[in-house]
Amino acid sequence: MDIKSTLSKPPSSSWNWFLFAAPSRFYFLAKKIIPLCWALAFVLGAIGLIMGLLYAPTDAQQGDAYRIIFIHVPAAWMSMLLYVAMAFWGAMGLIFNARLAYRLSNSIAITGALMTFIALWTGALWGKPTWGTWWVWDARLTSELILLFLYIAYLSLYSAIEDQRKASKAASLLAIIGVVNVPIIYFSVKWWNTLHQGASITVTKTSMQSTMLMAMLIMTFAFWAYAFAVILSRVNQKTLDEESHTDWALTELKRLKATI
Amino acid sequence: MIWNSFSDFISMHGYGPYVWGSFGLTLALLVIEVIQLRLQRKKLIAMSDLT
Repeated sequence: MDIKSTLSKPPSSSWNWFLFAAPSRFYFLAKKIIPLCWALAFVLGAIGLIMGLLYAPTDAQQGDAYRIIFIHVPAAWMSMLLYVAMAFWGAMGLIFNARLAYRLSNSIAITGALMTFIALWTGALWGKPTWGTWWVWDARLTSELILLFLYIAYLSLYSAIEDQRKASKAASLLAIIGVVNVPIIYFSVKWWNTLHQGASITVTKTSMQSTMLMAMLIMTFAFWAYAFAVILSRVNQKTLDEESHTDWALTELKRLKATI
Repeated sequence: MIWNSFSDFISMHGYGPYVWGSFGLTLALLVIEVIQLRLQRKKLIAMSDLT
């Protein structure tokens, strides 16, 4: 069903030495991990929300508006982390000419864009009651907006090029160049004078009360588990689609069809 | 539990629209992403007949 990918399939023997680079191996490993990720996402999400919304104390300065932190910070962290992962797998794809790496890179993009949007949206809703404005063109906010544009550019470039291999190469290159933006986002609050507050936690110190901190960290792991679940599901779908000419993929598709 | 009443919780001491606007949209977006993935999966499995 996907002719262009069939034509560009490398001989499997050339990259079997990467243990899980064989599409079928990766597929069945991911298939086992996905339900675990969902379970973790739900359990941690529930605990994080209960702690953050019901038990964490009201902030002395910001009142209850600060509770937005429980999704704002995890989403913002994920937006940067996923971008780096997307660029990393793009680079792996370019270096090893491995389609599974491209698939990973590509599957991260949508979730990364979503996390970036959530970070910006919750930031706006947090900014209004605490700063008095939805948006300012300061370093942190602007560089995060650029991150969203980078994700959108990656996705548009990928879908605009007909040949899948060329599309993957071009999009990966864009992702790699755009990586310079990630440290800019992270350090923007140090490098420039901005309205945005500095890092709430660093390796050596934290300015947060313990229930708040715990809730935020648990929510971060919940977001992490969620991202793993959806991204691995997307990779597996792409694998089945692109490998549908192979015996194992056909067998799996037939099996899935029978279970519906 | 830090809230005195349910309405206290919902109003978030006046910050309700901001807090629920954040949590609500986030939840909605994640649900949409999951639904989209499921639909795509269904389509993929249904189309596998063609090969």
